[in-house]
Amino acid sequence: MSDPVSALNHANSTEGLVTITETGPVGMITLRGDLGAKPVQKAAIAAGGVNMPEQGKCLTELDRGIAWMSPDELLILCRYDEVAGKVDDLQGKLAKQHALVVNVSDARAVFDVRGAAVREVMAKLCPVDMHPASFTPGTFRRTRMAQAAAAFWMPEEGVVRVICFRSVAQYVFDLLRVGAQPGSEVDFF
Amino acid sequence: MSTRLATGGRLLNKSKTVSFRFNGKSMTGFEGDTLASALLANDQMLVGRSFKYHRPRGVVAAGPEEPNGLVNLGRDGRVEPNARVTTTELFEDLQAESQNHWPSLDFDVGAINQHLARFLPAGFYYKMFIHPRPLWKHVYEPIIRHSAGLGKAPKQRDEDTYEHFYAFCDVLVVGGGVAGLEAARTAALTGARVIVMEQYAHWGGRTPVDGGEINGAPAQDWIDATLAELGGMDNVTLRNRTMGAGVYDHGYVLGYERLTDHAPEKAGPRHRLWRVRARHVITATGALERPLSFAGNDIPGVMLAASIRDYVVNWGVSTGDRTVVVTNNDDAYLTAIALKHAGLDVPAILDARVLPEDSDLMAQAKALGIRVLMGHAVSSVKGAKRVTGVSICSQAGEGSVLEEISCDAVAMSGGWSPVVHLWSHCGGKLRWDTANACFSPHPDHPPTGADGAQFVTTAGTATGMFQLDDVLNDAFAAADGVTRALGMKLPRDATPPKGERREDAPLAPVWLMPQGASVKLREKAWLDYQNDVKVSDVRLAAQEGFVSVEHAKRYTTLGMATDQGKLSNINGLAVLAGALGEDIPAVGTTTFRPPYHPISMGAIAGEARGDVFQPLRRSPMHDWHEGNGAQWEPVGHWRRPYAYKRADESTHDAVMREVTNTREKLGMLDASTLGKIVVKGPDAGRFLDMLYTNMMSTLKPGKCRYGLMCNDNGFLIDDGVVARIDDDTWLCHTTTGGADTIHAHMEEWLQTEWWDWQVYVANVTEQYAQIAVVGPNARAALERLGGMDVSKDALGFMEWADGTLGGFNVRIYRISFSGELSYEIAVDASHGQALWDALLAVGADLGAMPYGTEALHILRAEKGFIMIGDETDGTVIPQDLGLHWALSKKKEDYMGKRAQQRAHMADPDRWKLVGLETVDGTVLPDGAYAVGEGTNDNGQRTMIGRVTSSYHSPTLDKGIAMGLVLHGPDRMGETLDFPGTDGKTYQAKIVDPVFYDKEGTKQNV
Amino acid sequence: MLIVSCPCCGVTAEETEFHAHGEAHIVRHTVGSTDQDMETYLFMRKNTKGVHFERWRHQYGCGKWFHMARDTMTLEVFGTYPAQTLAPPEDLLVQIDAKRPGWRKST
Repeated sequence: MSDPVSALNHANSTEGLVTITETGPVGMITLRGDLGAKPVQKAAIAAGGVNMPEQGKCLTELDRGIAWMSPDELLILCRYDEVAGKVDDLQGKLAKQHALVVNVSDARAVFDVRGAAVREVMAKLCPVDMHPASFTPGTFRRTRMAQAAAAFWMPEEGVVRVICFRSVAQYVFDLLRVGAQPGSEVDFF
Repeated sequence: MSTRLATGGRLLNKSKTVSFRFNGKSMTGFEGDTLASALLANDQMLVGRSFKYHRPRGVVAAGPEEPNGLVNLGRDGRVEPNARVTTTELFEDLQAESQNHWPSLDFDVGAINQHLARFLPAGFYYKMFIHPRPLWKHVYEPIIRHSAGLGKAPKQRDEDTYEHFYAFCDVLVVGGGVAGLEAARTAALTGARVIVMEQYAHWGGRTPVDGGEINGAPAQDWIDATLAELGGMDNVTLRNRTMGAGVYDHGYVLGYERLTDHAPEKAGPRHRLWRVRARHVITATGALERPLSFAGNDIPGVMLAASIRDYVVNWGVSTGDRTVVVTNNDDAYLTAIALKHAGLDVPAILDARVLPEDSDLMAQAKALGIRVLMGHAVSSVKGAKRVTGVSICSQAGEGSVLEEISCDAVAMSGGWSPVVHLWSHCGGKLRWDTANACFSPHPDHPPTGADGAQFVTTAGTATGMFQLDDVLNDAFAAADGVTRALGMKLPRDATPPKGERREDAPLAPVWLMPQGASVKLREKAWLDYQNDVKVSDVRLAAQEGFVSVEHAKRYTTLGMATDQGKLSNINGLAVLAGALGEDIPAVGTTTFRPPYHPISMGAIAGEARGDVFQPLRRSPMHDWHEGNGAQWEPVGHWRRPYAYKRADESTHDAVMREVTNTREKLGMLDASTLGKIVVKGPDAGRFLDMLYTNMMSTLKPGKCRYGLMCNDNGFLIDDGVVARIDDDTWLCHTTTGGADTIHAHMEEWLQTEWWDWQVYVANVTEQYAQIAVVGPNARAALERLGGMDVSKDALGFMEWADGTLGGFNVRIYRISFSGELSYEIAVDASHGQALWDALLAVGADLGAMPYGTEALHILRAEKGFIMIGDETDGTVIPQDLGLHWALSKKKEDYMGKRAQQRAHMADPDRWKLVGLETVDGTVLPDGAYAVGEGTNDNGQRTMIGRVTSSYHSPTLDKGIAMGLVLHGPDRMGETLDFPGTDGKTYQAKIVDPVFYDKEGTKQNV
Repeated sequence: MLIVSCPCCGVTAEETEFHAHGEAHIVRHTVGSTDQDMETYLFMRKNTKGVHFERWRHQYGCGKWFHMARDTMTLEVFGTYPAQTLAPPEDLLVQIDAKRPGWRKST
């Protein structure tokens, strides 16, 4: 197999209010099933390496974690090279369940956005209350960024990770750059 | 003349001179000036020409209500038409051109219209130009458009950038005057998240100009202290130069922040559109002064009394040496007093009222030696491009002149109207305030939000309070009530500040001056300055039966200019009520619509321009296509290569080459954009049997089947190849445009109809790069990559297999949309480009060549394969396309089945799919209609069919087409006429839609 | 622009995250149904002034469908409830009764 090439191949922007980096390939697995069922929870926890997140949240540690996507869907995050093994493992463990496990690593792009103004930059593009009292680290929000679907969370204060579809990666990268353009500080939060 | 005074100008920094140009003439002002104050300081009273009569017009107001002072601002890539001089802050090198004049502002040919005024009354255009019809389009309209109209649209691309900002708060206060600041301060004390928007650069509103003490000290002291207090609170955001533009459903408010209009050299976006969700909105938007309607009230030099005061106090500008004040209320006396204090002459105050005794302000004015004439009015204003005097009369009479007073400015005040716009935008109702002769918010009929509760509250003058103390108390009470309703609490010791009280005499409503003004005077009494609507026009409209205020507005154009009638609406309404003999509240108001004051198109667009105008979806091989001559075709938001044009050929040549090469050697298509949806679960087969017209549950793992999807109306919505992966898993291919909609369609039916069926779906479209390897050499290419047995026996037609091909983990589908030997190879998207490169490398001497969507279309059309969106348009059912073989007869039900039995669907006269071949080999125009005998009810030729796809086939070297034709399949061999839009009539023979390899031997090798 | 609260993921967001899909509780008719029933199913929709039950999808969010009861005149939202039901829940109807007495007669 060739070396995997992510949508923007580690594109990076540092000249604005925040630094924007496309992270390169990230392992992502969609798991659909009864999230209340023990076997589903056990399999998910084993794959994600963290506990089950609550509704609207995600739990992440470095490059692994679990995000709550909807009442019957999780997104499991891991290293790109671990995906095939984890998909097999999950499918095996859930063979007797009504569940769906699919690799979506290549269908997405992930951005790391960081800097003091990161809440502002996101608030220019997403109809989401980015106030520190409302959007806390651990919140996982699926929404739109301007005209494209996206999801994001804050692994820690000052850092936002954005997931979008691979085909619109360039659009989302450009959006973030526009939102971070020099001189556009809002000083709101 | 108007000029700069030696003293005054609280907003100016007189140590900083600013140079600017108006109509090419160099002028100077100071930092802190508006363009209006700077023009007046340079004695430039004349700023424009009116819309219809091209009358000379000067500045009337000092704020966003200004109707006359509109200019083209800037140059090159930074041009703003219709910029208001009163809301434009002066900056170095500002360039402004006045509008609506030709050849020059001072000498305007169109001004001849004013002499024709009596022939151009309300409704003139409607009456005059309606017949004969063609003259309107070719003669009248071009002439009128040349002579009328405001600013010129910019020719160059806007150099500036814009952005949106989503903000959320508990309380949004619109207006940073004393009421807004007090409301914000009070709300903030509860801990609420508060945003305050002030349209001007400076805070405090009118109070510093109008005077009055707060807590026993000058109002400015309280304003400064309150701003400092608010500025120090974490829960408060103060934004000046930010206008609350509109209030919308459920607490949505647009704020328009002008970041660099006053400082174009600054980096960053020019405007920012605040998209605020507020739990509650407090509008502390103040009030606007009304003009008075008297003859000649539009002559430059006639201004609103409070605006004249603003120019003196805020900007140290006198609008005239001798100013006659004309009023129906006490407030205008403040202007007379301010002018006197500035050392200017006030020859008289004409007060329309007759009062038993003097109020405080009247006594003050008299003490300054000003002549006060009670019960008096302006009969007419003298002058043309500038006021030279007024003739005065008794308000009670018909205008007989008692005396002429020479002056160069007239300060008029007809009372004040609260700015109720934002209250009204989202449904707040108004009531008539008889004492102040104005509409004010009706507290029992507020705008209501998502929970059904009030979400807008007014504060201060916007409520209809005109006493400083009342204003402050009202603001405090508003914020207290609002925060209480939000579940927040004020500290117990919180109290409102104490405002000074002034005993004013009551206002007397005056809608026409003098009361019995003759027709001659009424014809010179302007209501709407920008649209040239006069008292006589509104009366005429009433006379002609336009009794509804909304009709009268549109007939006369009253209030329809860019100022949206901020000055004219109430006066016009009162005149209409008078003409109809009704009360003002019975006539009602027109609807207030956002924005309050025009906002830029750039702000509305926000970031959506240039590269990010809209999302472009790129396949994993996009960059390679780009570098290899791809001519792009938009397919939804995707960009797909239409053809790969080489330097020495046309796009058409490229398409022909690609088709031929694919038929003869080896073509490669980037099929990544086609939808791929995984459907899994115990009920997945049953579910797909409902979704597709044919049977999917019986498909064996490892096999593929082409399927059709209809909606429950029976119409075709999508098609594609379905592969069965394992016992309970299927993979459905959709069209490129259908991936998201079909995925949503599946979710819809699973979630809302068959929610007890155990099925999960996932849209994995973008997980895979998919490459179609097509043509006689396809197998050889795959064999060279090696790793999988792709022989006919191992991987037959309509089968799929997983494996490792040339080191890539792939899934290969042996499916064909071209009629050739064809493999579609799916690989994880991150390896798509590498696989593409590998295929090109091994295929080089096999003739491997990419082909685009147009070649794809021709290849499928040669085979008679339908294309969703070409052969279908949302009204076509499978039966129309001869796809009966794909309609399961075994299945009891599938989506669309019952609808296809409805009478119109089963009608034998529905047009049916056929092939079409031009008699002379040319290409039929796409979309052309076939005509039959006779005409329809509208006298048009009877139509009996239409072309759905049409191409030149290089394989057959002739034009081929598909079309839907009445009784088509029964008319094989007949020739039909297709009139083209080019005047020619094309003749085509009805043939079988499969033009090439009818037996299908080529794909099955 | 409305604010909508998604009962499936708990997010309250502006309307642009959602998509409205018209009247709720339409009964699917199919093979075996009369032409009249098919017409009603496919084409006949209420055009209510006042209380309206409608279908929504949180399309930029969790992707789930749900129902919403709303006043088409005042835009007041009475509540949301799951899509997996044939009729509005009774407790919601009682709430609406309290706010819009007599509304049931008019629909």
